[in-house]
Amino acid sequence: MSVLGALDRSHAVTLLRQMLLIRRFEEKAAELYTVGKIRGFLHLYIGEEAVAVGTMQALTLDDGVVATYREHGQALARGIPAGALMAEMYGKANGCSRGRGGSMHFFDVARRFYGGHAIVGGGLPVAVGLALADKMQSRPRVTACFFGDGAVAEGEFHESLNLAALWKLPVLFLCENNLYAMGTALARHQAQPDIRRKADAYGMPSEAADGMDVVAVEEATRRAAAQVRRGDGPFLLELRTYRFRAHSTADPELYRGKEEVAEWKRRDPIALFTARLQEAGLVSAADLAALEAAVGGAIDAAVCEAEAGPWEPVEDLTRDVYTETP
Amino acid sequence: MTTMTYRDAIRSAMREAMRKDPRVFLMGEDVGGYGGAFKVSYGLLEEFGPERVRDTPLSENTFLGAGIGAALGGMRPIVEIMTVNFSLLALDQIVNNAATLRHMSGGQLSVPLVVRMTTGGGRQLAAQHSHSLEGWLAHIPGIKIVAPAVAADARGFVLAALRDPDPVFIFEHATLYPVEGEVDEQAAPAEIGRALVRRRGDAVSLITYGGTLGTTLRAADLLARDGVEAEVVDLRTLRPLDTETVLASVAKTHRAVIVDEGWRSGSLAAEVSARIMEGGFYSLDAPVARVCSAEVPMPYAKHMEDAALPQVPAIVDAVREMLVAHG
Repeated sequence: MSVLGALDRSHAVTLLRQMLLIRRFEEKAAELYTVGKIRGFLHLYIGEEAVAVGTMQALTLDDGVVATYREHGQALARGIPAGALMAEMYGKANGCSRGRGGSMHFFDVARRFYGGHAIVGGGLPVAVGLALADKMQSRPRVTACFFGDGAVAEGEFHESLNLAALWKLPVLFLCENNLYAMGTALARHQAQPDIRRKADAYGMPSEAADGMDVVAVEEATRRAAAQVRRGDGPFLLELRTYRFRAHSTADPELYRGKEEVAEWKRRDPIALFTARLQEAGLVSAADLAALEAAVGGAIDAAVCEAEAGPWEPVEDLTRDVYTETP
Repeated sequence: MTTMTYRDAIRSAMREAMRKDPRVFLMGEDVGGYGGAFKVSYGLLEEFGPERVRDTPLSENTFLGAGIGAALGGMRPIVEIMTVNFSLLALDQIVNNAATLRHMSGGQLSVPLVVRMTTGGGRQLAAQHSHSLEGWLAHIPGIKIVAPAVAADARGFVLAALRDPDPVFIFEHATLYPVEGEVDEQAAPAEIGRALVRRRGDAVSLITYGGTLGTTLRAADLLARDGVEAEVVDLRTLRPLDTETVLASVAKTHRAVIVDEGWRSGSLAAEVSARIMEGGFYSLDAPVARVCSAEVPMPYAKHMEDAALPQVPAIVDAVREMLVAHG
């Protein structure tokens, strides 16, 4: 935590607030799922908040983001309003994808948030293409592409790393290694479980960082993004983290022990960061209470927005399959 | 009007588009240094350079997906897939991304991607290079499918696809590349979704597209010797299908034979037949007939491949049988 001393208070509070917002948003979503307000699949991010929040600090609003079906954290950290996300999970017309996507398919083009991809590995080629467009149009942008450890088994992962490295494209590959491809442990699906080393095969620089430490994530991402932005080609950053909740609402968690989960929960990114800030005297108990209250208010407002949102008329069912020509 | 091959017509359209619009670029396997597996892009690397004529690794799924991403990023990519059989490696990106992103994002995204690939048999390339799977892809809402049968359409649909805001897949029957046709290089882009009557007649409607248009026209000429004037409808676009033109022809001839190089089961011919049933049932004097490929993976031996593909005698026989049974 050498940099903690150098962390200015407002930045530290921003990191904490964003992580809290994600945690409380998802706790609320899980609750709303049990009462049937949210349906379909719900993949919770709880435990991994430091990854989304830390990585987003290194991106500008002009950079692109491609995420997975477990993207509530990335969407919130990118600044998509919680109300638009909650409304999307309700299936309402005021949702960020007008109710056509749901929890797994958040989109916000204005914030250059290109999904929400629910085919494991399917977002990587799209990120490579976005970066290709930037390179061909000489735009100094980075495309950040999130994927899990499960995706590294897909051909698209290897093809995309190869193509991005071959063409020196500005892609920041962000592997969120939470140790499980759904229920299959990393060691049970990878002959080489040291994910960052896979970049070596493509002559691509890589690094691994502690995904439970938001400051470490931010620092590593800033280094990686700076390298990509310089035009040196892509970078693979592996963020080692853990999912505290089940894979989805349909998962009875038969594949891992309670002791393992408990062990990781001792490294809760929010609790760890809060303790460090308190230790450094950057936040007080009163600050924390105020933060919780503000986040709680934002979540309540998001739920109100979702509840009040309109349903898209059924007559519009076949809209947006093709571009409507006037 | 200029006489040129189907291959040259595609190249001419790509060249024209690349000269006019800096966003247009071509990528695919061996499109640059090799000049294209079928020499369609021959010479484009020299004119436009390696930034805009990009040789890709053999990663169909990823370079097609990169085409989607580049389209989202404001470019107008043309992705060449060597043959339709290889495009199966890219089905994830085609079906799960190209076709869905607009809808799944609530209309925020648009994917102006052009994908070209060869299709069809007749070259003794056996069961992994010869199939006609365009009817299969025509099942998917969110993408458009065109199958030019003549050089003028080859040019017209490349230009139309590049203007279209949605993903357009162009199927080029490999036997057509050396076939010459009249091309107006000043003509407007072709209209996606519009079929054309290639031959007027009143005895029967022969409905086809792509590689079997020539076969079907030859069958129609043979039939004419017996006084049977067949109307030949070239579908040109497989999605969206121009049902109106098909039904107008059937309303006039009262009989329909569909010629489709795809396999009969679950084929595009089945879809066209169903639409005739739905919209033209009472104008029919005979059940709709189909001439399709035999339901086998494509055999290598010449005589067996010939037997597997729709040929002139089969089309002529189908019409004659129909006229005898329901004349």
